[in-house]
Amino acid sequence: MEILVCIKQVPGSNKVEVDSVTGVLKRDGADSKMNPYDLYALEVGLELREQYGGKVSVLTMGPPQAKAVLYEAFAMGADEGALITDRKFGGADVLATSYTVSQGIKKFGKFDLILCGLQTTDGDTAQVGPEVSETLGIPCVCNVSAIGAVKAGGITVMMDMPEDIEEVKVSFPCLLTVQKDIMQPRLPSYKLKKATEKRGIQMFTLQDMEDTDEHHYGLNGSPTQVQRIFPPTSDKVQQKLEGTSAEMADQLYRILKKKKFTA
Amino acid sequence: MSAYKKIDENDYKAILSIVPEERVLYKDNINEEYSHDELSSERSYPDIVARVTSAEEVSKLMAYAKEHNIVVTPRGAGTGLVGASVAVEHGLMIDMTLMNHILELDEKNLTLTVEPGVLLMEIAAYVEERGFFYPPDPGEKSATIGGNISTNAGGMRAVKYGVTRDFVRGLEVVLTDGTILHLGGKVVKNSSGYDIKDMIIGSEGTLGIVTKAILKLLPLPRKNVSLLIPYPTLAQAIGTVPLIIASKAIPTAIEFMEREVILDAEKYLGRKFPDNQADAYLLLKFDGNTMEEIASYYDDTAQICLEQGAIDILIADTDERSESIWKARGAFLEAIKGSTTEMDEVDVVVPRSRVNEFVEFVHGLQKEMGVRIKLFGHAGDGNLHVYILRDDLSKEDWKKVLDATMERMYNHARDLDGQVSGEHGIGLAKRPYLKESLQPEDIALMRRIKTAFDPTNILNPHKVCED
Repeated sequence: MEILVCIKQVPGSNKVEVDSVTGVLKRDGADSKMNPYDLYALEVGLELREQYGGKVSVLTMGPPQAKAVLYEAFAMGADEGALITDRKFGGADVLATSYTVSQGIKKFGKFDLILCGLQTTDGDTAQVGPEVSETLGIPCVCNVSAIGAVKAGGITVMMDMPEDIEEVKVSFPCLLTVQKDIMQPRLPSYKLKKATEKRGIQMFTLQDMEDTDEHHYGLNGSPTQVQRIFPPTSDKVQQKLEGTSAEMADQLYRILKKKKFTA
Repeated sequence: MSAYKKIDENDYKAILSIVPEERVLYKDNINEEYSHDELSSERSYPDIVARVTSAEEVSKLMAYAKEHNIVVTPRGAGTGLVGASVAVEHGLMIDMTLMNHILELDEKNLTLTVEPGVLLMEIAAYVEERGFFYPPDPGEKSATIGGNISTNAGGMRAVKYGVTRDFVRGLEVVLTDGTILHLGGKVVKNSSGYDIKDMIIGSEGTLGIVTKAILKLLPLPRKNVSLLIPYPTLAQAIGTVPLIIASKAIPTAIEFMEREVILDAEKYLGRKFPDNQADAYLLLKFDGNTMEEIASYYDDTAQICLEQGAIDILIADTDERSESIWKARGAFLEAIKGSTTEMDEVDVVVPRSRVNEFVEFVHGLQKEMGVRIKLFGHAGDGNLHVYILRDDLSKEDWKKVLDATMERMYNHARDLDGQVSGEHGIGLAKRPYLKESLQPEDIALMRRIKTAFDPTNILNPHKVCED
């Protein structure tokens, strides 16, 4: 099975701060990591390869230093990597990003299964995966919470909907966005890191794409304009229970029941 | 017949004149949790609990208790494992958890002044947010700093940084007659007479009550990387540790763990550990200011591990990856506890070069005694946590097998030049083993020290060196 995992480099800290004056994300260029959600997608790809054979390729889009995440994926077990990079791709919104990524995928190869993380920790839109599938004209299942069997040219997955979980069979080629905790991502291996640190990667610029019209890429190809970015208000509520052990246990039970944590 | 006065209505009224009613628990209002600590099977209710908010209150309570021969037991979060905070003679319990304020961060002296009821996790969050670091890192993050000081808690970073005692610069302590003593301070060096502060640290609430502490801080290392190292056998894993230490590498932590305990933690947490290929693991942590600096530290270590038969070296270089390992490590105690009906623990410490011998002995003992024993621990500092599990043994059989197993383990630790407790303390539960392991003159000297601090023996009696 030919598997492609789309990954992204994001800021390394969990606490991404927004400058309260300019409204711009404070990014520390030197400190970055693979989008944590993509680790789950990569793990799904690697486990499917272990079970059914084939190859796991990884693709990312970003400035040249973003290739660090490809090498990180190699240290986890990915076989091949490609970087989509060009100054003209900068400033892309979800639409332009999805278009660029799908152009890159066409250039990179033919894949049975494309896996994406549910969302990124910096942009948080959860739209690039489905839009890539739309651009490529292949079926897409989002919010995949479990993987079933691969057979007869397709894969069975569990799709986590607000009210229920649907079991879905989808034919290859297709794209899945997987949820956090679908599988526990493996850690990068020191041995693989040493063995792959000189592995070559493919680079795709605007000139390599099937569509070289720069109006479809980057800021030019982005209908969305960000007006303002601001940190969300915290909704952490603390409640203190008082009374005897029995009274507090009773109160706690009522709260948990009301909030549907228990029947 | 107790040697102490039983609390009566007059004492209750007198205590209410020191501590307001809403902070005093009397008779039926005393919650069950005040009758025990985290592990000790010893259960005993105090007659009255005073939830103090100041050193002055502690001072007045102590003076009253001394005058009326009332026994006093100080208590923090109750996360101890040896019964040190159990009110065996009932009487007055002083609950320190409301004294939970961080009083001062002194950036010029790199100190943090805290009340004793501040939780370890609150200290970590407070200082790390401001770029500082309080290195002692015991597994139980909801313990109070007062409790940590009272047991001289160690934790997982002891290999590189040391234990609680190494990070306490000064203490405010209330003596049994109500005197408030100020020991040490913000000074870095101190050769001014006997170090009473160091005597209070680790005294398990038997010499005085800590009401304030000045802690030493370090600048926060900006980055850290954990290495999870799978091995085919535990012997190979632990055998690597002396070589790592001899190589002059400076990991902050070297832990060992076995598959069985990891499976318990997976079940307890409801989430998978990031690796399952091996029966035994070493877990190392390195800190520094850049990833490159850290990588330069661990490269040599990685080579040593591979030469000693490690299957691979897995790198946890982000918060999420570290968390997936350390969360499991932090849950071991609770996970093991959840896997059985009752358990007791051994917290021995042996020279680091002899950890392997002790672990092999424990594995053999499990078969010999016919009881399940689980262990994990700080391979880097020789401190092992061994848990003996009751499962479905009858009460009599359990007592018999537990005593025999404990005896064997402590004897063996002694043969290996070890000590009874690395970090949990002696409290009530480990007294016989302490007595057996130290010279009689040592115990006698400890008792004379106890008498010097507490001539009428009202403060936390029957603990540590006493019968």
